[in-house]
Amino acid sequence: MSSYEDHSHEEEVLGKAYDARLAKRLWSYIGDQKNKIFLAVVLLVAGALAELAGPLLVKLAIDRYIAAKDWPGLVHIVLLFAGVSVAAAGLRWSEMYLTGSAGQFIIYRLRMKLFERLQRLSVPYYDRNPVGRLMSRLTSDVQALYELFSSGLVAIVGDIVTLTGIMIVMFVVNWKLALITLSVIPFLILVTFIFRKQVRDLYRLTRLKIARLNSYLHENLVGIRVVQLFNRESRNYQVFDEIGSDLKHTYMRTIFFYAVFYPAVELISAVAVALIIFGGGGMMLTGAVTLGTLVAFIQYVERFYRPVRDLAEKYNILQGAMAAAERVFKVLDHPIEIEPPLATNGISEQVDHVSIEFRNVWFAYHDEEWVLKDVSFIVNAGESIAIVGATGAGKTTIISLLSRFYDVQKGQILINGTDIREIDFHPLRRLMGIVLQDVFVFAGTIAENIRFGCPDAQRTEVEKAAELVHADYFIKRLPHGYDEPVMERGATLSTGERQLLAFARAVMCKPRVMILDEATASIDTETERLIQDAIAQLLRGRTSIIIAHRLSTIQRCDRILVFHHGRLREQGTQEQLLAQRGIFYRLWQLQYGGGHTVSQPMK
Amino acid sequence: MNALKRLLPYLRPYRTSILIGALVAVLNNAVGAAGPWLLKLAVDGLQSGVTLGLLAWYALLFVAIAAVAGVLRFYMRQILIGMSRHAELDLRNALFAHLQKLPASFYNKHRTGDIMARLTSDLESVRSVLGPGVMYPLDTISMALFTLTMMFLLSVKLTVAVLLAAPLVSFTVFYLGKITYKLHTRIQQQFSALSDCAEENLAGVRVVRAFAQEDRELGKFNELNHEYVRRNLAMTRVQAAFMPVMVMMFELATVMILLFGGRGIIRGELSLGDFVAFVGYLSMLAWPMIAVGWVANLFQRGAASMKRLCDILDIEPEIAPPPESRRSELPRGEIVFEKVRFCYNDQRTALADLDFRIDAGKIVAFVGRTGSGKSTLISLIPRLFDPTEGRVLVDGIPTTEWNLSELRAMIGMVPQDALLFSDTLRANVCFGVSDATDEHFLVATDVSQINRDVESFRSGYETVVGERGLTLSGGQKGRTALARALMKNPCILILDDALSAVDTQTEDQILGGLRRFMADRTSIIISHRVSTVKHADEIFVLDEGRVVERGTHEQLIALGGYYTELERMQRLEAELEEIDEDSRI
Repeated sequence: MSSYEDHSHEEEVLGKAYDARLAKRLWSYIGDQKNKIFLAVVLLVAGALAELAGPLLVKLAIDRYIAAKDWPGLVHIVLLFAGVSVAAAGLRWSEMYLTGSAGQFIIYRLRMKLFERLQRLSVPYYDRNPVGRLMSRLTSDVQALYELFSSGLVAIVGDIVTLTGIMIVMFVVNWKLALITLSVIPFLILVTFIFRKQVRDLYRLTRLKIARLNSYLHENLVGIRVVQLFNRESRNYQVFDEIGSDLKHTYMRTIFFYAVFYPAVELISAVAVALIIFGGGGMMLTGAVTLGTLVAFIQYVERFYRPVRDLAEKYNILQGAMAAAERVFKVLDHPIEIEPPLATNGISEQVDHVSIEFRNVWFAYHDEEWVLKDVSFIVNAGESIAIVGATGAGKTTIISLLSRFYDVQKGQILINGTDIREIDFHPLRRLMGIVLQDVFVFAGTIAENIRFGCPDAQRTEVEKAAELVHADYFIKRLPHGYDEPVMERGATLSTGERQLLAFARAVMCKPRVMILDEATASIDTETERLIQDAIAQLLRGRTSIIIAHRLSTIQRCDRILVFHHGRLREQGTQEQLLAQRGIFYRLWQLQYGGGHTVSQPMK
Repeated sequence: MNALKRLLPYLRPYRTSILIGALVAVLNNAVGAAGPWLLKLAVDGLQSGVTLGLLAWYALLFVAIAAVAGVLRFYMRQILIGMSRHAELDLRNALFAHLQKLPASFYNKHRTGDIMARLTSDLESVRSVLGPGVMYPLDTISMALFTLTMMFLLSVKLTVAVLLAAPLVSFTVFYLGKITYKLHTRIQQQFSALSDCAEENLAGVRVVRAFAQEDRELGKFNELNHEYVRRNLAMTRVQAAFMPVMVMMFELATVMILLFGGRGIIRGELSLGDFVAFVGYLSMLAWPMIAVGWVANLFQRGAASMKRLCDILDIEPEIAPPPESRRSELPRGEIVFEKVRFCYNDQRTALADLDFRIDAGKIVAFVGRTGSGKSTLISLIPRLFDPTEGRVLVDGIPTTEWNLSELRAMIGMVPQDALLFSDTLRANVCFGVSDATDEHFLVATDVSQINRDVESFRSGYETVVGERGLTLSGGQKGRTALARALMKNPCILILDDALSAVDTQTEDQILGGLRRFMADRTSIIISHRVSTVKHADEIFVLDEGRVVERGTHEQLIALGGYYTELERMQRLEAELEEIDEDSRI
């Protein structure tokens, strides 16, 4: 199973193989699969017992029928043996399928829970956690937990049942011979214990060295130009070889322990067989033991060692699962920083007139590095305002605050007089049609991207929205029109086309408020003209806030707010502001070439 | 499967190991095959009045055989699996060395994640072919030979009966493996769809929230997740069958032996000892029969992975040093662009009609909008790309005829994104030189002004930076990268917008130092700032890949074109900044 890439090494740290707190919590996820698991355990015990019957049947066949030359009897018992074998296989199969499917369903739910949580976690959480890391939670960590449920938990129960079953049968058949045979167990435990410890440490070391190798490789791939320009190829090759050799050395040590462990277990099992030959043979000479018993014991010894050999592998599964559970729970437990209000102050989606007020708003992404300082302004219903300012003036932050991606530290943002913290997320966000500067296009068709906000919209509505913002020109030129598939992140579309698509998407759901972060990138003149027309359409009859970078956009708005270093410094119409000869005047000169009528993109 | 032939060169150095490993495997199985025979002797002896002393001998011999076989098995695993790790290292190093030779155009086309996946998971499947894929067939074949010989010696009829089942087992394993592989592919496809959905959702979190689409996204994810589980269940059904079916087949073979062997004993054709030994051999044979099918799947997957590795190994580096390379006897740093045109991937024209000379010892600057081709232009000088038409000459020699490492050795480049390696500051500064002198180090760190920052670091130049160390500011990174380039004592220094994150005052000091340091050598500066370029001997203005203005600062200002406009805007920007200074509240 391939896992999502993750190059962060801190995440490789492995902890205990069993943690009661984590185990208890994991248990709670079993839920309605409890019955399945219970049934699986029953089947497992039955299957283990059926498999245990094999050597006993051989014993019976030898002692009772072969020795007595009873052919029909032999046929009977052989048929019985065949039947038991088939039944055991059936039981094992259903048991393994049941646990596997229970594991799948548990994991399905856990994955859903995780994704659900990720849908609720606030935007600041995403600022701190790169997508790659969250993806690892959803993929490789969840997979590790599947291993725990499917091949870890139940299999361990199965092994215990098999081991105790064999011991019980041995003692019942002949306790003296059982004691002799099982006298090697302490050695077996010792060997396994030493092996487990060594391999566990080496496993940890191996993971660490693989992480080191991968991060060096990654660095060299990303920085290949620097490597080539500085003629570092051969020296970096040497380092790479050293790290690789170091990893190989660890592998070699691991191979050594495996190479010792397997033969050692086989040797111990040979000693057990030798003890059966000598001790059992001796007892047979005195008539205390039958030949069939001897044969059965030899077969049991063989079965006894199989589960012990697999122990190391299961230990790794447990250990990996516990570490994964820890990380998954950390996401699930992460508090939602920006919470929807407990008691919502209803705002109807049907309201026609929406006014927006910023009242003494202070905001910082980190500590006290204020991005907005004591900002107050009012946007009246139906009014359109342009926000201008140099880079870093805090313009984009205003959009993030309005959509409640972040909460203000001081002050209030009010919509129709209601603090937005009292309005539930969905009605608040449905009120607004938002166009972000960097247009995010989803993989799918053009039509799907347009109806993103209202998936139930009819095709005609989609086309109408596209026509309204003039997106239909470029869409119709595409080979499949509205059904044209677009790649991830919209790589096949130009900046201007993506912009128009975002307009259509925003206008699709008939928002009351239009919020627009104009693209800064230069766009060819024809598309630019379409965009300008489209913006005029978007503003019509709506309360609008536009972070404007183009002169023609600014001129289209009723009022201009000038931000500088986080403060609202000037506001008014273009004429008023130009007459003031203040910041806007200079911005205007700087960004719009001091009165050129052509709209020019700002740098 | 043909792809696996490509592995032979990597096995060749270890042919002695493989040979010894094979010998040890044969020997081990020869010794091991004696075990069940001893059981036969013991069981038969028990029925015909054996002494306790002889039994003791049998028991001891049994342990001795296991001990010898165990030692041999230890060596077999050590040698053969160990060999696979040696070969893995060789193969990985070969891939790395090849990747180092591939030009920038390769890295523009291939995602880092994809290359990483090939060097990790694909390499591991190939390693599995080299290790278990070599060991198990050797072990299995020799074991099967010895075991079958012993079984034939015991009873031809019984052996034939059991052998009839052998192909069935191998076939079942192979068949199940094939189905598993197919189901696995289907699961992988669904897994990709699921992770694509999640990744897109997480990356586009703001849009999803802004359009209040969390619930629908959940629904979409749920659907994909459901289908993923469904496909996994199909796989579980098959996989769950594997072991039980194997065990059952083995038991049914035992049943056959019990039946026919029992009849043989009843008829007096066989002894009980024969029977016990036979069951012993059967259990030895069980694993090899399973292994045959398993190894076949291993080879299938290994071949697919090896093909993906060969895809990389077979790419010829476009930019290779010429067979008879030239070098400048007296490097001066003169650069000539001769009718140069350049296109990325033979499509969009990035540079055109470039025809100019930069004399040695001059300071030359390039300005222009983002995307005007400045970075592309300078990357032709150290031959990161070759021009599509025309030539670039350094010291009179076309770059394509230069000895590549000598050419790059005389160029100090400070790239736009100052990529540092996770190592100490000192190692980063000395990145391009193997024989750094302290004196030189002091000059480089002084001219780049990084020494002032380092004073405040507790471990000084031994501070580890990058991913696992201290995070430097943009300006500090840029200056470290500058020191790194100066360390090379270059004839040509190229600054690709490298000081944009440095404040103007520090920049002035750095430029002053550079002017002295690079006095008789060539400097090329790309910048957006007029203050950075205004003292250059010559300034080129680029637009859409062409030189549109050219001259000294004064000449260009007088021209009234792009440069004039740029200068005016930056003056205004500076004024704007001052407004805030004046009226700070």
